[in-house]
Amino acid sequence: MKKVRIGAGQGFYGDTFEAAVATAEKGNVQYICSDALAELTMSILSKDKKRDENLGYTKDLTVQMKQLLPYMKEKGIKLLTNAGGINPIGAQQEVIRVAKEMGISNIKVAVVTGDNVLNRIDELQDSGYTLEDIETGVPLDKVKDKLQFANAYIGARPIVEALQKGADIVITGRTTDTAQFLAPLIYEFGWAEDEWDKLASGIFMGHLLECSAQSTGGNYSGKWWEVEGMDKMGYPIAEVDESGEFIVTKVEDQGGLVTVDTVKEQMLYEIHDPSAYITPDVILDLTNVTLENVGENQVKVSGTRGKARPETLKVVMGYENGYASQVVVGYSWPDALLKAKKLEKIIRNQIKDKQLNYDEVRADYIGYNSLHGPLAHGDGNDLNEVYLRMIVSSKSKGEAASFRRLFPPLGLNGPPTMGGFLGNMSPRALIGMWSTLIPRELVEDHIKIQVEEVDQYDNSTIK
Amino acid sequence: MTTVQLSEISQTRAGDKGNKVNIGLFAPNEEIYKVLLEQVTPEKVREHFTGLVEGEVVRYELPNIHAMNFVCYDALDGGGSSSLRVDNLGKCFGGNLMRMEIEIEEDLVRL
Repeated sequence: MKKVRIGAGQGFYGDTFEAAVATAEKGNVQYICSDALAELTMSILSKDKKRDENLGYTKDLTVQMKQLLPYMKEKGIKLLTNAGGINPIGAQQEVIRVAKEMGISNIKVAVVTGDNVLNRIDELQDSGYTLEDIETGVPLDKVKDKLQFANAYIGARPIVEALQKGADIVITGRTTDTAQFLAPLIYEFGWAEDEWDKLASGIFMGHLLECSAQSTGGNYSGKWWEVEGMDKMGYPIAEVDESGEFIVTKVEDQGGLVTVDTVKEQMLYEIHDPSAYITPDVILDLTNVTLENVGENQVKVSGTRGKARPETLKVVMGYENGYASQVVVGYSWPDALLKAKKLEKIIRNQIKDKQLNYDEVRADYIGYNSLHGPLAHGDGNDLNEVYLRMIVSSKSKGEAASFRRLFPPLGLNGPPTMGGFLGNMSPRALIGMWSTLIPRELVEDHIKIQVEEVDQYDNSTIK
Repeated sequence: MTTVQLSEISQTRAGDKGNKVNIGLFAPNEEIYKVLLEQVTPEKVREHFTGLVEGEVVRYELPNIHAMNFVCYDALDGGGSSSLRVDNLGKCFGGNLMRMEIEIEEDLVRL
């Protein structure tokens, strides 16, 4: 029976590619698929593009291509990634530039566009869509003039089409995290648009692979101390058959652990209703899934069911939502927590006296409650040390910046033994997220697939 | 009967989406899963997270893998890229849940 082997390349913008290289070398895969885009990443990319029109894709694409292009050429491994962010064409051109620089030719680089709807907001509103937020029901007009990006989550079909056009590399913008992983299966097995169970299984495979080592023993809440080789983790590899069933594994001599216990933690990651996980390609039902240890570092996944795809697509937009400024200072024993609390009080008084206008002022005690908040245990009265972390938000960048200047004098003027003056960061922008649904054809009518070939004379021509 | 923290008998992983956090809670076997179903109710989780979760908590059940999924609404002080919290992505919600205590028969706890 025909089988397709797919390796996970990257779980987020900034991830290491060492595991992907190991997979390319020893994983016997035909595809390496990557998810580079989180909600937060899109706002980082929109800021980059504002600074430089050529940017707006994840910049580590350059490193990824430098490391993986030789394997693509030598072994015919195809590379699929949504690293295009809000500038997929720019990303495609960067891939072509790197290929030429490395003397790699006779490859086809495809790009998918049409997910970016930022310039179509007026048109959509004129057609009668109020674009209200899914969570709050508020119409978009409230934040419309502050929008930084607006992208529809699109599915695997355009990537399949790019593969059918002979692409070796497919760059997309806001395709879903899992679309890159499903696309090769549709292409290889010829799955029809309504083979919902198979499509669901392909998406679920992508879900298990798209967060790099989170299914091979990373971020594992079980006996994590028994996971070996965290210094060079293997990323998941899926071996999928025509029925959609698959085995999750990894390169044997990379670190990590693939068992039912490590895989199941990823199964529900960022999923809400497990009987209706909505994607543009299919709606998944995970309530009959079976996970089974079938060998060392091999977990078989079966029983994924699918329902007809939705008639709408999700559009996620980011809007400017003010600035935050943060300071971190430490205090030693004795009375570390009391001293930190006293400093918080002093700062709050100064904010009031100087009439600094902050939307929110927040204090956390690192080493005591910064990750647990009100759920922290104990009175913290005998801690060796505590760091006070204070953060404010403001509509004004300047006003946010003023916050930092309150702290240095208090090393001498305030409670004793302030040591470790850390994290005096420049104000950072806060981005609000806005999610809405629109009929899928409004986006799909605008999707374009362009393939460009790097020919052997180092010139590129549009095909 | 004995009192244990969930950390002694289960696994968790949390993730964010907008201003929501989901927490997967995984039992090692069917017997413990049944105990968790009875005792780790959405109401109890909501109460456990007082001060961190402002909205409702919805529980989904997955008997096929002896797991449940808790979706916590209004849980991140505005959502990842707006939140002023240190754990702005809710990564530690799983650890926070594992501190919850439940009553269980001693012979079910084999570690």
